[in-house]
Amino acid sequence: MSITYLEAIREAQARALAEDPRVFIYGQDVGAFGGAFKATKNLAKTFPGRVIDAPVSEDAMVGLGVGAAIEGMRPIIEMQFADFSTAGFNQIVNQAATLYWRTNVPCPITIRLPCGGTSGSGPFHSQSMETIYAHYPGLVVLTPATVEDAYSMLLEAVAIDDPVIFCEHKLLYYHLKAEKLPTEALPVGKARISREGRDMTIVAYSAMVHEALAAAEELAGEGFQVEVVDLRSVKPLDTDTVMASVARTGRLLCVGESWPWGGVTAEVIARVVSEGFGLLDAPPRRLNAKDTPVPYHPSLWAAHRPTARSIAGAARNLLRM
Amino acid sequence: MFQAVLNPGALGKASPFCDSYLKAYRLALLSRILDEKFASLYRAGKIHGGVFMGRGQEVLSVSLGMALRPGDVFAPLIRDAAGRLAFGEPLLDAVRTYLGSPQGPMRARDGNVHRGRPLEGLFPMISHLGAMISVVNGALLARRLKGVSGTVGATCIGEGGTSTGSFHEAVNQAAVEKLPLVLVVANNQYAYSTPNSRQFACRSLLDRAHGYGVEGCAVDGTDLEACLKGVGEAVENARAGRGPQLVVARLLRLCGHGEHDDAGYVDAKLKQSPLGRDCLKVAEELMQSRNWAGPEALAAWRSEAVQKIEQAVAQVQREPGPDPFKEVWSALSCRALSEGVEES
Ligand SMILES: Cc1ncc(C[n+]2csc(CCOP(=O)(O)OP(=O)(O)O)c2C)c(N)n1
Repeated sequence: MSITYLEAIREAQARALAEDPRVFIYGQDVGAFGGAFKATKNLAKTFPGRVIDAPVSEDAMVGLGVGAAIEGMRPIIEMQFADFSTAGFNQIVNQAATLYWRTNVPCPITIRLPCGGTSGSGPFHSQSMETIYAHYPGLVVLTPATVEDAYSMLLEAVAIDDPVIFCEHKLLYYHLKAEKLPTEALPVGKARISREGRDMTIVAYSAMVHEALAAAEELAGEGFQVEVVDLRSVKPLDTDTVMASVARTGRLLCVGESWPWGGVTAEVIARVVSEGFGLLDAPPRRLNAKDTPVPYHPSLWAAHRPTARSIAGAARNLLRM
Repeated sequence: MFQAVLNPGALGKASPFCDSYLKAYRLALLSRILDEKFASLYRAGKIHGGVFMGRGQEVLSVSLGMALRPGDVFAPLIRDAAGRLAFGEPLLDAVRTYLGSPQGPMRARDGNVHRGRPLEGLFPMISHLGAMISVVNGALLARRLKGVSGTVGATCIGEGGTSTGSFHEAVNQAAVEKLPLVLVVANNQYAYSTPNSRQFACRSLLDRAHGYGVEGCAVDGTDLEACLKGVGEAVENARAGRGPQLVVARLLRLCGHGEHDDAGYVDAKLKQSPLGRDCLKVAEELMQSRNWAGPEALAAWRSEAVQKIEQAVAQVQREPGPDPFKEVWSALSCRALSEGVEES
């Protein structure tokens, strides 16, 4: 038996619905149709009345989730694409994210964002939004890179008493497979060493973990041992694990699929430099998408985002320093 | 005699409607005097940030609060001090929030009209206009999922707020789900300085009810009787399962947008029109003409309200302000997931 990243997300939701009567799912086409990506396939049938089609109203979808959370429910709000969450942005950052701090009443809402680029998707179906949401206080931002994490972190997201932005990468939906669902998991907020090495550290998250691992494999053929850290959660960010890795390797490359100005990669580097300057044997580097909207054509898209190849190239430069 | 004055039922003129009219008037009066107290504290430099009054809108607001019951959900907006009091918000909540007391429900983290007690059904507004409607929808949908019936959710907005995308999305959402939502629009002719001619182009905002497929009714927002009846009926309709109810009230904002604003842009003709009547004066005239309350009763009610407010303000002014060193600087309830919490 094998299970895909997308199936893991569906299974996690099925389990959450089965185990907790407070859980319901609200989003466009999530009901009988099963969602644009089929992340809720058959759930409406299994859990009648609890997987609810929403009008095309991202603002009202999130607002409704917040109101339901106040009433003690655990809503999962599915954005059809992460890109459209900008139309619900106000409710996410000003309503959901401020509720607990303002009123002492927690806001356990999970917002699922199918994010990241896929070939041919273009500027409005490819965005990575983790940086934007991580900037705001009051949100937990998760970026699972593996099938196991997609499953366990989504279950944990639903259990967390605070708003969680769950960034699931569309490129991993169908191709990434695991043998079975996990029975135990690292807690949210802990990064994982995905591959050990002593020559340099690559910090990545979401789909970029796989590009980084492929780059590490390529570099292994050239005699370099590259350590890959999968952040798993970008907020909170597990600075300790990153620092410990940099302490071992002395070199840091940080890779993200979102745009270069500010963001997760800049944050990681800022923390390492300010708290662990002395650990570095070379200037830390980062690699992001180019500072343009995400292009439509596959060959432009492939050049726009970091890939195993461009990561390996940046790593080689850093290893030579 | 004094007792009889304070308790109009004893005059033998009371009907249930008269009782609620008098109760509503007294709450509206309390809110007017409360607003005026905040305005004077503001002018004395005793309030951080702005003060936003409901002058001219009290009888509309109070009618909604009166029609709601414990267990209902209410998300008031800027000019709803009266509705809040009628719904049961403690006077101290308003005073503590305006004066920044950490003993208030917002613990000095948020101020003025941004206050509430979510677990008691009183939702605290965020500033972004239109944003509270879908939150009320969510509470109502949750109740449906939990099998709770018989409660309604209500919220208020100005005509300016009806131009937001959030308003449209949320009213449509409530209509699709047939939620027991009561949405009261106070069309007070100006959104800050913007007159209605620059706000919307439809003949009447009530026409929108038809567009959304919900029931609607118009009320004269300066007339307490009309408001109690119109808003009361809307709440009953929602409670009876007739889906969302849109109430559009005509009135005039009889104050600046906030106390910083002299409202010099308000058309003099509007002020002199029936829209510009002071809703409290209108109610006082009616009570006197129907022999429900005489001048002594009105004066007694006023001084009782003043006393209550002075007492609350005096109490809160003695309360210590927030201590930044004891503040928990975490926006998450799960402390373990919170970034940058400084251990003390
Ligand atoms: C989305 C949004 N945009 C702008 C503002 C700034 N603002 C605060 S009140 C106001 C006018 C509101 O007018 P209206 O809705 O008619 O209510 P009124 O003040 O007349 O009661 C504006 C523009 C806001 N709070 N929210």
